Amino acid sequence: MHTPTQTPTNSPTLLAAELRLPTNWLDYTLLGIYFVVVLGIGFAARRSVKTSLDFFLSGRSLPAWVTGLAFISANLAATEILGMAANSAQYGAYTVHWYWIGAIPAMVFLGLVMMPFYYGSKVRSVPEFLLLRFDKGAHLLSSILFAFAAILIAGVNLYALAIVVEALLGWPQWVAIVVAGFFVLAYITLGGLSSAIYNEVLQFFVILAALIPITVLSLKKVGGWDGLSDKLTQTHGDDFVTAWGGTGIGEANPLGANWLTIVLGLGFVLSFGYWTTNFAEVQRALSAKNLSAAQRTPLIAAFPKIFIVFLVMIPGLAAAALIPGFGTKESGYQYNDAIPYLMEGLLPNGVLGIAVTGLLAAFMAGMAANVSSFNTVFTTDIWAKYVVTDREDGYYVRFGRLITAIGVLASIGTAFLASSFSNIMSYLQTLFSFFNVPMFVVFIVGMFWKRASMKSGFWGLLAGTTAAMVNYFVFYKQDIISIPSDQGANFVSAIAGFVAGGVVMVAVSLFTAPKPTEELQGLVYGTRSPGMAEPPAPGDEAWYRKPALLGWGAIVLAAACYIPFSF
Amino acid sequence: MTENSDHSDRSANPDHPEHSARHGYSEKDVQREVTELEGKSATAARLFDIRRIIGGLFVIYGVIVTIVGLTDDDAAIDKAEGININLWTGLGMLLLGLFFLAWLKLRPTAPPPPDVDAGAAPGGGPTE
Repeated sequence: MHTPTQTPTNSPTLLAAELRLPTNWLDYTLLGIYFVVVLGIGFAARRSVKTSLDFFLSGRSLPAWVTGLAFISANLAATEILGMAANSAQYGAYTVHWYWIGAIPAMVFLGLVMMPFYYGSKVRSVPEFLLLRFDKGAHLLSSILFAFAAILIAGVNLYALAIVVEALLGWPQWVAIVVAGFFVLAYITLGGLSSAIYNEVLQFFVILAALIPITVLSLKKVGGWDGLSDKLTQTHGDDFVTAWGGTGIGEANPLGANWLTIVLGLGFVLSFGYWTTNFAEVQRALSAKNLSAAQRTPLIAAFPKIFIVFLVMIPGLAAAALIPGFGTKESGYQYNDAIPYLMEGLLPNGVLGIAVTGLLAAFMAGMAANVSSFNTVFTTDIWAKYVVTDREDGYYVRFGRLITAIGVLASIGTAFLASSFSNIMSYLQTLFSFFNVPMFVVFIVGMFWKRASMKSGFWGLLAGTTAAMVNYFVFYKQDIISIPSDQGANFVSAIAGFVAGGVVMVAVSLFTAPKPTEELQGLVYGTRSPGMAEPPAPGDEAWYRKPALLGWGAIVLAAACYIPFSF
Repeated sequence: MTENSDHSDRSANPDHPEHSARHGYSEKDVQREVTELEGKSATAARLFDIRRIIGGLFVIYGVIVTIVGLTDDDAAIDKAEGININLWTGLGMLLLGLFFLAWLKLRPTAPPPPDVDAGAAPGGGPTE
């Protein structure tokens, strides 16, 4: 999953104000070099943009390792890094669920089962797939919902960046927002998706270079894994360093979830909704050079995803072990402070600069992924299909650049909107339950049930989104039903959206005409389209490029990772 | 829905793919439109290789941070639990940078595929 479950405090700041990092000229030099390279990628990618397909989908020509690393990087936004460390400091090793069961199965499903339909049908976006499978109503509604959500989420990333930069470096919030907004705007406007993806690949390695030293040093400080788990078992109880301890149905645990809700809620509804239908992710796979590379995109991403949990969980656990009462008011730290606290205490100048660069890179990756998917949907799905329909291709490239600028300016606006919410992490989760889950149910029904009619897509999407919003704004906010936390409410919203969407789709399908079978070729499970029959590219026969092997390998590896945390 | 009449129009009018594609809304339209754009796409031919940038940045980072590690005083090392973290991180980044440059050297960017006509393998890839 993309976002943490919680931020436990009600304070409007994300980090404790005392966490000013002792940065010097050296750290700023390293940061400066990075920003120069980011812009350089934008300028260098510019000459590759000739058609709208180049601008929005990199001409469907990138190799699998590039799209795969961009896929994971788009997910590795800093809200994820800080939030998952916070999650670990609060809930302990339960964090692994967000990775091993809450991500890997959905990523493998996307690669092995769904990608032939996405890539093979040659659609340029997730809403365009709904246009082919259902009708214009479903298409326009999903495009508008997605564009709206993308701008809101880009704004959340921008705002989170601003408050982290303010706390760590002392820059005023508006400076950080404008600077980060400018760089993202510049490199996407210049080079389009290629530039966004190339920067994401670079960001992936910079983020690793930031997280690995923090993990190693924090583990050393607490006396290795044994020292860490001993200390936490003493202070937080036996279940804190296990994945499943205390998750029996009816047992109490800090997460407030049992194994069934973890498997079904996190592992199925929320996770599949995010990974398989969120265009900010799927777009990376659609830019791959052939079907095999597109299938391998989420599968290649799955392997780093399995191990990245250690780089966020260990610092979070270490922070919890090092400071008594970490996260409570008395300690002076919030859960989100875990990684910044360790950066401040452990990293000398030099590596500190790399770590700051990594954090900023992660924020920009999260924002850029949303902006680059927003401009694609707004241009190809809304503008080119319903507003200005018959212009030459060059017009849509120019329009795409313009709408990128407008999108970034709008995100700056939504960043200030996000600043009015006391808890931005749960705000983000709420957005996901409104927008991702209903989209997912429409997809899954449409892709596996031939009879789902043309009209059912629109009504299912509308019903699902409405149900999730009504649950949140009416039932939860007005205290009509009692839910202990925002996160609990988000989870119920997700289920409500899923069920309402599914039920309405079935009901509408029974009373309206199905789509003619010949128009469903390559869109519904069990059918094929010409795009799926392409011969393998030379070299793709190699065993390590077989999607099935990669996918099942990732599942087996994730399952094996559970073993040491289960007993 | 007037989709059915659009379909007959389109098959009668294959010369105006752009026009009909934006009204017809079927998979065939998307296939044709995207295939046509793929034919004109310049990304494969003109986009630089990212391995050069990753390699370059990490060699620069690696050299700077390694030098910092070699000249670090005891205070920096004590802060990092007695580990010369700058030196190790610097060397690690240097190795990663060199790995990407070596990979680029050993497996240079494949030459762009020659233009294939629409009949041959529409997925792209070099033709034999």
